[in-house]
Amino acid sequence: MKMTQGQFSFLPDLSDDDIRVQAQYAIDKGWAVSVEHTDDPHPRNTYWEMWGHPMFDNPDAAAVVFEVNECRKLYGGQYIRVIAFDASPGWESIRMAMIVNRPAVEPGFRLVRQEGEGRSVRYTIESYAMREPEGARYP
Amino acid sequence: MTDDQPAPPADLPTHVDLAQDFADSGVAEVLADLDRELVGLAPVKARIRETAALLLVDRARRRLGLATETPTLHMSFTGNPGTGKTTVALKMAALLHRLGYVRKGHLVTVTRDDLVGQYIGHTAPKTKEVLKKAMGGVLFIDEAYYLYRAENERDYGQEAIEILLQVMENNRDDLVVILAGYADRMDRFFASNPGFRSRIAHHIEFPDYSDGELLHISEGMLSRQNYTLDDAARAAMAQYIAARRGQPHFANARSIRNALDRARLRQANRLFGEAKGPLDAAALSTLTEPDIRASRVFAGGLDVDRASRQAAAE
Ligand SMILES: Nc1ncnc2c1ncn2[C@@H]1O[C@H](COP(=O)(O)OP(=O)(O)OP(=O)(O)O)[C@@H](O)[C@H]1O
Ligand SMILES: [Mg+2]
Repeated sequence: MKMTQGQFSFLPDLSDDDIRVQAQYAIDKGWAVSVEHTDDPHPRNTYWEMWGHPMFDNPDAAAVVFEVNECRKLYGGQYIRVIAFDASPGWESIRMAMIVNRPAVEPGFRLVRQEGEGRSVRYTIESYAMREPEGARYP
Repeated sequence: MTDDQPAPPADLPTHVDLAQDFADSGVAEVLADLDRELVGLAPVKARIRETAALLLVDRARRRLGLATETPTLHMSFTGNPGTGKTTVALKMAALLHRLGYVRKGHLVTVTRDDLVGQYIGHTAPKTKEVLKKAMGGVLFIDEAYYLYRAENERDYGQEAIEILLQVMENNRDDLVVILAGYADRMDRFFASNPGFRSRIAHHIEFPDYSDGELLHISEGMLSRQNYTLDDAARAAMAQYIAARRGQPHFANARSIRNALDRARLRQANRLFGEAKGPLDAAALSTLTEPDIRASRVFAGGLDVDRASRQAAAE
């Protein structure tokens, strides 16, 4: 099941050139671009592992693609995303986020029903991958 | 790259107009700037014209589907200090930008210290930071041979070299690297680092300036700041140049720049000391013979001076 989060995730995977053009848009807006990775695909997992520092002073987005590829060398089996942070007052938040790398196989999520008092049921989702310990979730 | 593309699409043009390309690219302005701002350097200017022509033709060939690969654009600039290497690198960056070979056209100038770290694990991130900053433009590595220390095989410079070589090969679309330094030491550097030699397509040599060219350069530098030499000062400057060349640490145009900075200082002092009444623009902007002659170069140079002071102290 292809995970959809952030921008463009309903489209075919972004090529390096697509990534470059999007990141250039962010750089030209003055946003700090960073690369992050994770093997926990839960939608509420907002804090992914940072790959290096956010990039503030690279005028050309080839630098972002370069770091994405460096990150792929180590974490090519995980999710990698590129995010753009807008530090201007009033925003101080992420403006863009896009998945740029995903595991070869995405097993998807199972629905968990937890029976509570009376006849109440709580629902949650859990990635099948999360049954394995960190680092062993995607072969 | 685009090697695996199917047959070229039908909408490829069938003709190119090189003259029109040349006019549209804005390359002519860069070349004209180069001619106007830099005195002498005829062989360098000729090589840059050739390079511009080559790149223009290459671009046209790619437009017609005759070529697909980005040509190797990494260069080496060799020559003595102050012969204009950094200045020309700036022009080269502008040229490559106009021709569309780099996306931004900025120049990032570094030396060994910017690339090589102090401890294990420090070098790779440092080198990569610099490379990322230079992407979209030109990375100018001054005195590149300091990256390689033959006597120490565990020197961290080796790590920087390996990363550089990798990026020069894999990211040819993203940045152009110019290695600069003295000719003899660069030759030795290339001899012991064949990886660099084979990745560099253009070697440009910067000759020393003649005395006449240096005089011409000094007048250009002055006129850009609205100063002039009077006749006697010009004659003194010509002698200064001849004398300075024979002394240690001579750095071509940079020595001239420094000499003129000191001459302006002396002129200001002189004006303060002498002026009785109001001064006109001519007085404020003319360097005279004593402003030049007071230089220690006429007394045998800095070293002679220092030596005699030492002798006096002993
Ligand atoms: N042909 C020239 N005409 C006018 N000015 C020049 C010329 N060549 C050099 N200069 C001036 O001389 C100074 C030194 O030039 P530049 O820094 O380009 O030399 P360089 O070869 O890079 O020296 P180094 O190897 O010591 O770094 C600069 O201020 C530059 O403007
Ligand atoms: Mg220089």
